[in-house]
Parts: sequence; C-alpha cells; structure tokens
Amino acid sequence: MYELLTGPLLWLVFAISFGGLLVRVVLYFKGLSQQLDRVAYKAHLSYGLKGAFNSIISWLNPVGARAWRKKPGYTFIFFAFHIGLLATPIFLAAHNIMLQENLGFSLPQMPAFFADLLSWTVIVACVAIILRRIALPEVRILTTAYDYLLLVITVAPFVTGLIARYQMGDYQFWLLAHIITGEIWLLCLPFTKLSHCVLFFCSRAQLGMDYGIKRGGLKGSTFSW
Amino acid sequence: MPQGELCNRKPIVTDEQLKLTLSDKSGKKYYAEMLELDVDTNALWATIQKTMKARLKTWLEICAHCGMCADSCFLYQVNDCVPEQVPSYKIQSTLGHIVKKKGNVDNEFMRHCMKVAWSQCTCCNRCGMYCPHGIDMGVMFSYLRGLLYSQGFVPWELKIGSGMHRVYRAQMDVTTEDWVETCEWMAEETEEEWPGLTIPVDKQDAEIMYTCNAREPKHYPEDLAEAAVLFHVAGTNWTVPSEGWEQTSLSMFAGDWECCKDNVNHVYDAIERLNPARVTGTECGHAHRATVIEGPYWAGREDGLPPKPYIHYVEWLAEALREGKLKIDPAKRIKEPVTLQDSCNYVRNQGLKDVTREIISYIVEPGYFVEMAPNKEHNYCCGGGGGFNGIGMYREQRNVALRKKMDQILDTGCKLVIAPCHNCWDAIRDLEEEYEIGIRWSFLKPLIIGMLDIPEGMRVEW
Repeated sequence: MYELLTGPLLWLVFAISFGGLLVRVVLYFKGLSQQLDRVAYKAHLSYGLKGAFNSIISWLNPVGARAWRKKPGYTFIFFAFHIGLLATPIFLAAHNIMLQENLGFSLPQMPAFFADLLSWTVIVACVAIILRRIALPEVRILTTAYDYLLLVITVAPFVTGLIARYQMGDYQFWLLAHIITGEIWLLCLPFTKLSHCVLFFCSRAQLGMDYGIKRGGLKGSTFSW
Repeated sequence: MPQGELCNRKPIVTDEQLKLTLSDKSGKKYYAEMLELDVDTNALWATIQKTMKARLKTWLEICAHCGMCADSCFLYQVNDCVPEQVPSYKIQSTLGHIVKKKGNVDNEFMRHCMKVAWSQCTCCNRCGMYCPHGIDMGVMFSYLRGLLYSQGFVPWELKIGSGMHRVYRAQMDVTTEDWVETCEWMAEETEEEWPGLTIPVDKQDAEIMYTCNAREPKHYPEDLAEAAVLFHVAGTNWTVPSEGWEQTSLSMFAGDWECCKDNVNHVYDAIERLNPARVTGTECGHAHRATVIEGPYWAGREDGLPPKPYIHYVEWLAEALREGKLKIDPAKRIKEPVTLQDSCNYVRNQGLKDVTREIISYIVEPGYFVEMAPNKEHNYCCGGGGGFNGIGMYREQRNVALRKKMDQILDTGCKLVIAPCHNCWDAIRDLEEEYEIGIRWSFLKPLIIGMLDIPEGMRVEW
C-alpha cells in the first residue's frame, strides 16, 4: 500500500495537480479579453508588467498593502497559515529524503523542531480562521460549507502528519492517512477554489496591469492596490 | 406579459418612445410592468457564455470569502455594517447566483439584482483595492448592470438616460441646434464683460477641443461661459465641436454598452474631423471615465487611448496655472479652511490625485487646505456615484449613502468643499439640502475666475 501510494500513484497525483494548475494558468491568460476587460494589455506592456509586479509584491508583503496594514490581526493569521502551509511540505526532512531516493536531489531541509512548530502554526491558524468565520457577521454571511470543507482538506495532512510524527496510535495507519490526505489535497488544487495558489498571481497581475495602464500608471501614479 | 409597453428588453431608440416613457410620472407604469416582465433565460445565459471571460469567472470562483472587502465599502459602513452590504456578498448573491443557475432565474430575483446593482453599489471600485485576490466588485457590478439592462431590469431614469443618449446623443434632449445656439448666446453675453471672447464652433486644428456635460448647456450654461473665460484669459486657441460635444455616458451607468460605443465614437469622430492637438472635457468624473478611460475599449481602439491626447479639466487647469497662462492674484487666494473631493472616476480610475492638489497649491493660502481622511485613491465615493444620484426609487438609500461624505467633510471642519466633478458636486449639494450642515461647494472654474490676476484691458468692469 505504502509503495503504491508513494510510487506510481504519487506521480499520477503530481501530474494531475501540477498539470492541472498549469492548465488553469494558461486558460486564465488565454481567456483575457482586451475589449471586455478594458485593458490594453499588449499596447502598454511595460506599464502593465510594472503594475502587475507592483501588485503582486505589495500583497505578498504583510505590510505592503493598505488592507493588510489595517487588519494586523487577520494579516498575521493569514500569513502564518500560508507560510506554514507552503514551507512545511517543501522543506520537511522526510519529504526530502523521499525526493532524494526517487529523483536523486533534495531541497534544503528544516530542523524537525521547526517543522513541528510550522505544522502547529497551520493548525492553530486554521482554527483561528474558522472561529473568525463564525464570529464575524461580515465573514459569516459569506461562508459556505464548501469553505469549511476546503479548510478540512487543507489542514488534514498536517493533523495526520503530526499524529504520525508523535507516533500516537498506529503509526502505519496515520502515515498512510497522512499520505492519502496529502494526495487528496494535491488533487483538489486545480479543481477547487484552492486553485488560488496560482490564480492569485494571475488575478493580481491582471488588476495590477489594469491600474498600471489605464487606472493611473500612464499618469505616473502608483497605487498600493 | 412578456414585455411591457414601457418596461421591456428593447432600448429606447425613438423620440416618441422617449417622450412616452418620460410622461410616465416617476415610472409608475414602468415599474408596474416590470413586475410582469419575463426573463429570457436563454438569452441571459447565452450572453454570459459569450461575455464572461477568464477574469470574471475566476473572480467569482476564487473569492476566499474572507470579508476583507467589507470595511472598504462606504455603503457597508453607513448602513450599520449589515452583512448584506459586504461587497463580496452583494456580488456573489446576485451575479454569482445567476451564473450558478446558468441564467435560470425569475423576475423577482432579477428585480432583487436591480436593487442591489443600483442602490448598493456605485461602482466606485474601492473594494478592489482591499481584496487580497484583486477582485474588483465594481467591475463585476458594471457587468451585472449590463446583463440586467439587456433584460429590461433597469431603473426608469436610466432607461430614459440611455434612451436620451441613443436619440439625442446627449444625456438630455439638447439638439445640435440647441447646443450651437447656447454657445453663441453664452459668447455674446460673456463678451460684454470680456471683449474679444468667442466660443468657436467647429474650428479646425485648434490647440484644444472642449467637450462637456449636457447638463451644462441645458441647466448651467454659465459653466460653458466660465470655461470660455478661462480659455480666453489663458490665450488658448480652442474650439467646441457642433456634434460630438457631449462626453457623459448615462448609458455606462445603465449598462447599455452598445449605446456607450455609439456615443464615444461620436466624440472621437469630432476629434478626427476637427483635428485638435488635444482635447479636454469639463469638470466631470464619469464623463471622463466614459470618454477617456473606458471609451477607447468600447470603440475597439487597440491602444486603449482616444484618437488624440484627452486630458481632464483639472489637468488643463493645473498646466495653465503652472505655465503662468492663468495667474492668481495672491490677495484673492482662499483664506478659509477648504477641502477637496476626490472623484473616484478620475482619481481611483486614472490616478489624477496630485494634479488637483497642485491646483490647490496655487489657489489656497498655505495652511488653509485640509485633506479629507481617507483621501486620494482611498477616498470614498460622494455617495451619489454610478447613477445613484438620479434614481428616484432609491432616493432614501442614496440619502443614507451621503452620510459618509457628510462625516468626512464635518471632520475636516471646512465650510467650503471644492468638487471638480458634476456628480460629486450634485451629491454634496444634496447632502447640504438633506442634512443642512452649513457648507458651500464649488467647481474650480468659478473659484479661479474670482481670483484671477487679469491683464489690464482684458475685462470691462461695470
């Protein structure tokens, strides 16, 4: 079972997930329409790219956009959640050992203590996000069961991973559960709202181009949009 | 009843239909017919499939439901933060629902969408600056308005407004003859005080071609006279076109995109015909957005630009002051606390935030200018944008919307507000009428004329 899940099936999952995300990006850009979007993407490409870059950088920086600065509490939770979510699987020692065995190379590895801390951060931040969804009327009205389902899918590999790591209960069972939930998460990326992992960049770039070209860029104005 | 006599899916294209719709006081019959109007769900879905491209589809799909947009919306703020006013909720529960249902929605739902689209969003685009995913709900509401218009679910005044543009190519029934006569009349009247002043119509190769808002010749012809005075004093070789002089677009507020294209092409034709070096429009925000910022796309212009450089009035004015073509008498500068209303349509939509402040630096005694908070691209809509000002059925909601601007103005402690935008000017006038906070408001033109340092002999004193 373990061999299957970490062997051919994993490759299939990777292919579907990353291939799917690539398709989403390609479709996004192919689906842009100068006239319908009202942005002359090609005619002012340098202004557009500058705006796109500005927009992405401003929002990847927790103090770069006014919206982040106005909501420091949520911003902290948001960044903690996303940093843990991305950094842990990529730099985890165990994952890199697998990578080394299969592909003959590995990425820098983070100390186990740090990986534990980041995993806990993801879980705690996820709980905070759920509580926020329940507590604030302006978020509650937007929240659907789908939003909770996606949070569960996202955090499940971390919960199962930590249980396996602390060897609570049946290690083999939790290890398999970790791999399966991780693969489910990967499979969901291109087909659900989780596609924002790439479409965030597309959307931000697009709005950045809009501002960089007609909404101020050509007039020399730089907004912190 | 599939389609009413007044409320239907057909745009107003004849004078008779226009007069008939206008004669229906407050749209009583129009709205009664709307209750029975069928939704052509097939056409609705076909339009969505044809026009809803990657950007809007993605925006609807990836909205994280995080609520970060809530506070950004002044309508959410002034309506006691009711969750129904959260921008994301407003668009997801209207456009999002129509898309989810593949256009299969009923009359009642379309009327609900109309209410949200025209009384809960002014398309000020502020929320777009506060969404981590870069989702601009203002853009999506413009799109929704287009869908609603195509199905006949549009407020009575805006159906008439876009009909006016279709029939008269102006937001009011100002014909070419009316317009040219107004120019002649204003030139004659003004020349008595300003010898040599003219309002040249259809002059070829001028430095500046001037376009305006049809409300000016219709109701405030003195605005045209003031523009003429400033061009005259600045020694500008200018002209107005006899056709294509109207740069507003109520059709943009109505979501009548076909009409938008026709109107903006009319202005561009005038530019091509008269070949001015540059064009400038009046102190109006939405007119500038329609003709200069969005218009080129309606007209299908590849570079997204009008045929000639087309600047906003504040840009022309700042330039004339900067270059000394207009001189301000220092003794006449404003010496009382004064604040400035940033128009969403040329500040957030074209970045013209510093140029207005440059004008302020020439006309206000240092120390007297007070900024609103927040300001510049973060400023709030006047409360009457996107057509909100003119829709009788949503007057109550509009009056609530004015409170944000009222609070902002009260916080500055100023009694004078400079509003270089027709819509903002109207909204601020209305807020004074409604709430009586004791303020005055002004366009730039009359203020500047009042403080000009005029070369001797240029003006006849009576």
